[in-house]
Amino acid sequence: MAELTYREAVADGIAQEMERDPNVVFLGEDIGKAGGVFKATVGLYDQFGPDRVRDTPISEQAILGAAMGAAMTGLKPIAEIMFSDFLAVCWDIVANQIAKSRYMTDGQVNVPLVIRTANGGGARFGAQHSQSVENWSMMIPGLKVVAPSTPRDVKGLLAAAVRDPDPVMFFEQKSLYPVKGEIPDGECIEELGKAKVVREGSDVTIVALAAMVPRAVEAAERLKTEAKISAGVIDLRSLVPLDTQTIFKEVEKTSRLITVEENPRLCGWGAEVSSIVSEELFWNLDMPIIRVTTPHIPLPSADELEDIAIPSVEKIFQTVLRSVD
Amino acid sequence: MSDSNSLVTKEVLGQLYKQMLLIRRFEEKAGQLYGMGLIQGFCHLYIGQEAVVTGMRNASNKEKDSIITSYRDHGHMIAAGMDPGGVMAELLGRSDGYSKGKGGSMHMFSIKNKFYGGHGIVGAQVPIGTGLAFAHKYKSDGGVCITYYGDGAANQGQVYESFNMAALWKLPVVYVIENNRYGMGTSVSRASATQELFSRGSSFGIPGEKVDGMDVLAVIEAGEKALNYAREGNGPIILGMQTYRYRGHSMSDPAQYRTREEVSKVRAERDPIDKLRDYISENNSLTSEEIKGIDTEVKEVISAAANFAQESPRPSLNELYTDVII
Ligand SMILES: Cc1ncc(C[n+]2csc(CCOP(=O)(O)OP(=O)(O)O)c2C)c(N)n1
Ligand SMILES: [Mg+2]
Repeated sequence: MAELTYREAVADGIAQEMERDPNVVFLGEDIGKAGGVFKATVGLYDQFGPDRVRDTPISEQAILGAAMGAAMTGLKPIAEIMFSDFLAVCWDIVANQIAKSRYMTDGQVNVPLVIRTANGGGARFGAQHSQSVENWSMMIPGLKVVAPSTPRDVKGLLAAAVRDPDPVMFFEQKSLYPVKGEIPDGECIEELGKAKVVREGSDVTIVALAAMVPRAVEAAERLKTEAKISAGVIDLRSLVPLDTQTIFKEVEKTSRLITVEENPRLCGWGAEVSSIVSEELFWNLDMPIIRVTTPHIPLPSADELEDIAIPSVEKIFQTVLRSVD
Repeated sequence: MSDSNSLVTKEVLGQLYKQMLLIRRFEEKAGQLYGMGLIQGFCHLYIGQEAVVTGMRNASNKEKDSIITSYRDHGHMIAAGMDPGGVMAELLGRSDGYSKGKGGSMHMFSIKNKFYGGHGIVGAQVPIGTGLAFAHKYKSDGGVCITYYGDGAANQGQVYESFNMAALWKLPVVYVIENNRYGMGTSVSRASATQELFSRGSSFGIPGEKVDGMDVLAVIEAGEKALNYAREGNGPIILGMQTYRYRGHSMSDPAQYRTREEVSKVRAERDPIDKLRDYISENNSLTSEEIKGIDTEVKEVISAAANFAQESPRPSLNELYTDVII
């Protein structure tokens, strides 16, 4: 076991895959010599050299387009889009090209690439550098969508994403980069599309993703000690494929579901989870499904405004308390 | 210093000096407040590049011309005549900031001063500035849009879509490339296949000129010519300002991709403020007393701005829900 930060796990995961498979190449802005703006890719340039770890110009359309072209021939590119907000700059390549290839070509062309990006708020970066946009990807048929909450999952899911034959959108939550966690020695790989029950509960089930997972867990602790409410927490880890079976199993036990997402309100992923569960388990539910989300606003820069916008431990705690009582 | 501007009066020289110094001291203060934890998030300082906006502002028509730039925007706002206190308050996320704390360092606007932001997505201001120019032409208001972007932004596709459209429609826009030699940690030579960024309009028939962006008089001279060209209906034109940023890309960048010597050499040999001060003294345009007077005045304006910002109340939590579209 080694203890690594979430950011170190990124480089560790990429290195594991680059060592294993010479077809893996890595490209993005300032990812090489500079080691990434979040210092998540330090060491890769020295270890694998400039042919495999490429610093690119600030040209997102060309980065993803080139990654796609290379992937169509069997290379396995990992492309970084520095902030997930910038996916909007190259969304054509993601939504119209990458996502649709396998289907439009009758399976002749698959695109085995990974798009890594720093997602989410909390750093006072303002409206164009703080969004949680995993829901944008979830809406496009043809993409897998992953968002880890722990260093171990960063490494294991990144490895699984690289080995997957299809395009994977890989959302790293930037507020989690400094978080530490244990990573097993030797090869580390997880399965895509499996949620994880991180805390068992009998009164209510909280479904969360990425930075909302540790907040949900902390709220669950408080609910136990302060209100004797037993709240379970599921870390979804992946939006596509979505592990509905694990959600159903837990909700069948508790009959109550609360989703916690960093997405703004309208069309956040929680709406989809809520819709699926209400169709499948309506008669099992003891209360309406409740979503805790960021309000439907662009994110402000000032700290106290940003802090009340993104779901906090307190907000999760209060929401569960009010609805379960 | 550029000599053909020997007509610049003593008064104007004093104003240019004061303006550049104001920007530098503002940025130094912002750096300090960032260090004290009063400014959070991003803070991209403009130190080293002051001659570019100061010269362009001097060359422009303040009533008519519009301005748009990237996130490295504090200098542009001060040059545009915005209040340093209001800009500083925004950096601190306070209610007297230009966006009441909701925008932050990268996102401020003042339509009154014809300053259209403050944009965080690299290159996005280029098509938007092209649209401002479209409006100048459509309204026949005699204005030109000055659209600033960096050497790194010069590799965004949308820049070239804009060039084509602006040339096709003969829009009154001056594209000003602030080539400070780095886009984050990547030097121009590592990012650009050709380094003469100002000549990249040639395939659209857009003229481009290389300008010493550390020489405010050279900037004025080139700026006046370019603005006239655009104002007279000839379409877009590009100015490639050769400049340098002294600090890291943002406050969190230790700038390990270049040597200390490289930075100190530029400071020693090309600093725009030192150069103008020397020029002023050599020509006896201003006495050393007068120069000292300006230094003191600038110091006072900046400390007042910092005090104003620190005393400004934090934004009301209701601000989260103002100007929301739903
Ligand atoms: C579309 C997009 N890609 C990447 C970034 C991240 N980024 C912010 S500034 C910057 C460097 C820009 O360099 P340059 O255009 O030279 O401007 P300078 O910072 O030197 O003023 C990068 C890569 C961004 N904000 N937007
Ligand atoms: Mg630059």
